[in-house]
Amino acid sequence: MISIEEYGKYETAWCPGCGNFGILKSLKQALVACELQPHQVLLVSGIGQAAKTPHYLKANVFNGLHGRSLPVAIGAKLANPELTVIAESGDGCMYGEGGNHFLAALRRNLNLTILAHDNRVYGLTKGQASPTSEQGFVTKAQPHGVFAAPFNPVAVAVTMGASFVARGYAGMPEHLADLIAQAIKYRGTALVDILQPCVSFNKVNTYQWYKEHCYAFGEDHDPADQAVALRTAMEFGERIPLGVIYKKEGPIFEDQFAVLKNRPLARQEVSREGLRQIMQGYV
Amino acid sequence: MSLDIHLLIGGEAGQGLVTIGQLLGKALVRAGYEIFVSQSYHSRIRGGHNTFSIRLGAGPFCAPRESIDILMALNAETVQLHRGQLTEQALLIADSAFAPDLPGTISVPFAELGPEHLWNTVALGLLGRILDLPSASLYQALEAMLGKKHPETLVENREIMEKSRVWAAAHVPKHGFTLAGGAPAADRLLLNGNQAIALGALAGGLKFCAFYPMTPATSIVLELIAHAETMGCVFEQAEDEIAAINMAIGASYAGAVSMAATSGGGFALMAEGVSLAAMTETPVLVAVAQRPGPATGLPTRTEQGDLEFVLHAGHGEFPRAIFAPGSIEECYRLTQHALAMAERSQSPVFLLTDQFLADSARPVAPFDPAVIAPVVAGVEPSAVPTPYQRYRLTENGLSPRLLPGMSTHLVVADSDEHDEDGHISEDHGVRIAMVDKRLRKMEILKQEAIAPSLDGEKSAELLLVSWGSSQGPVLEAVALLRGQGRKVASLHFSQVWPLVSHQFLDILQAAGEVVCVEGNATGQFARLIQRETGFAMPSRIARYDGLPFTARYILDRLTSLAAMGRKA
Repeated sequence: MISIEEYGKYETAWCPGCGNFGILKSLKQALVACELQPHQVLLVSGIGQAAKTPHYLKANVFNGLHGRSLPVAIGAKLANPELTVIAESGDGCMYGEGGNHFLAALRRNLNLTILAHDNRVYGLTKGQASPTSEQGFVTKAQPHGVFAAPFNPVAVAVTMGASFVARGYAGMPEHLADLIAQAIKYRGTALVDILQPCVSFNKVNTYQWYKEHCYAFGEDHDPADQAVALRTAMEFGERIPLGVIYKKEGPIFEDQFAVLKNRPLARQEVSREGLRQIMQGYV
Repeated sequence: MSLDIHLLIGGEAGQGLVTIGQLLGKALVRAGYEIFVSQSYHSRIRGGHNTFSIRLGAGPFCAPRESIDILMALNAETVQLHRGQLTEQALLIADSAFAPDLPGTISVPFAELGPEHLWNTVALGLLGRILDLPSASLYQALEAMLGKKHPETLVENREIMEKSRVWAAAHVPKHGFTLAGGAPAADRLLLNGNQAIALGALAGGLKFCAFYPMTPATSIVLELIAHAETMGCVFEQAEDEIAAINMAIGASYAGAVSMAATSGGGFALMAEGVSLAAMTETPVLVAVAQRPGPATGLPTRTEQGDLEFVLHAGHGEFPRAIFAPGSIEECYRLTQHALAMAERSQSPVFLLTDQFLADSARPVAPFDPAVIAPVVAGVEPSAVPTPYQRYRLTENGLSPRLLPGMSTHLVVADSDEHDEDGHISEDHGVRIAMVDKRLRKMEILKQEAIAPSLDGEKSAELLLVSWGSSQGPVLEAVALLRGQGRKVASLHFSQVWPLVSHQFLDILQAAGEVVCVEGNATGQFARLIQRETGFAMPSRIARYDGLPFTARYILDRLTSLAAMGRKA
């Protein structure tokens, strides 16, 4: 057994009251629930306040570039499938700058977890609209309000037939910890979109707002039914359902590489006999 | 004069020029010829004007030739475009429908010899006879190419080839093209630059490569993918070049020896990733096969125009090394070496080639995979001081690189400025210490820098300076000038960064006249040499029309330079 203390305590660069605190706590609880030791875990993040999370717990960390957490996570997972790989970043990083990687990652379906802290605003750059900001959301960069339609990552993931799609909320840490633990255990790419207040720059989607809108759905939801899942995912207004919205069993990307069934790539010898054979093919 | 025949096969894309060229190339190598194969093609799948050129004879050849001895025209356009290059004794082989009324023209009833979609096989049969290649050797090559994929077409192809051979025997006068000489070396490999890079990478311990398709780099990865299972590697086509380099970095961080391959435009997208590799001190090799820019430029042609770009790509200051192979052998060895240097310096390292080198093939002696040990990523966990710090400050700037998940030590890598533990730091003292630590690794790259190779005497009256793929044409020009009794030397750089001036400055200073030969318009390498050493090379031979250098091109420009000198 591992205790939550083994994941350490760090000073953070987050604002008091930030939703990230709840997410960090839930993540640690989930890792403990999965009985993972810190050295078995790799957290890959991009840039933003959410992307600093990996610095605040004990684990292997690759804190890369804005938008690029997923390709680094994919490369690392392919090099060493024994690692539990979690890509963790904010909505701007994951869905904006990294949008193409997000779509490609869902299509590939590696065995990894995507945690998107979704506060619907750019925090670190001080309050511009994000891909998930509501229409009409006023910022200094969008003084007349956001015109573009918001991105619904959960609905997109369900439409694409992603393996595991969940929506959680930073203000419900126990529920969130359970979603993250399920996501980590799931064999396939598992997305948890985590709604989160930004106390500094999002004065619309506040703790109070989420409390009024969010509800955790119960056992009666069938996550195997894609049509139901899509309806649930699209429900994003007066009421916002939380839980595992969609699940699909199937082969994962790593299965196609025989070489990955043995050991990490770093532990594989270079076959001189193989090289000689290959060279013979050019004679 | 030793045997030197230039055969050019021309036609549209889709007519199977590459197939004839490859089959003929293999058969020629087996028959003991030295050959040099180069390709010229348009950026399209069907139509356009494409050529496959084989220079054959006693060689060795290391460059293409402009004048043509045998022109095999599969369409009328080939005749129009290339008749001006024909030598006096040349043979022009063309279909009766468009064969011109020129001396030396062989008008062939192609339609009688085979259906139009197999005219490439007709051409193969004709050329086999004209070049006096044993039938068995061509059949063997044909079988090797078609046997596995299309066994059903093998019989038809053989029949057409034989019929065409018989036709040639009856209608084409026996030419004096037979290669006299020693027994053929049986086990030579016919490799182009990209194939040699792939083999060098595999021998060097490559385990992971990500790419987004882009000419002329794509075939490096296609070659790798063909051997993925044999060698136990993972290769992935990424959604874009940004993903490609970030995947390579992620894989390298987790212990797989990694590379990415692209051309200029794709590399532009990778620039931020280069900077990430530098900051996180993650080894990565990026192969950049140049083509003429800016923007889309000439997608299927050649240029050496991205030297300054690769030298400066990525924001911030950090060490890097750039290798520029000048031959097929160097493509193999330098790729292997570049992977080792990336690991050794925990830095981004580059292999700078171009379409000319990528697509030119030559027979080479087989490489012995046992000569250089493959790269091993990271160090043994037992060898590191505890508590483990990924970015521990050290005298030579190298911090112990552990692989995540391979021990209980935690490996923390960060693109932010970071402390020794790898965590974000905005402390100015830490900043200075880390910048200095990273830059100290430049000394390692300098100590191991490959000196340029001097061919000829140090005090030559004329020294031709070149880098990368220009080496072959320059060496041929040098040999021709020496034949005229001139004292000429060549200085070739197969590593263009870092430059270590004591390795070559005295050579530049000792030469009579120094001329820099490079495939770009502005003289990027000449400028770099001047920046690093103060040595100016005002005499330059540039080429930027999209075509590779040839000895003829260089000699003509030297004559113009000399004439200009006399006027001044």
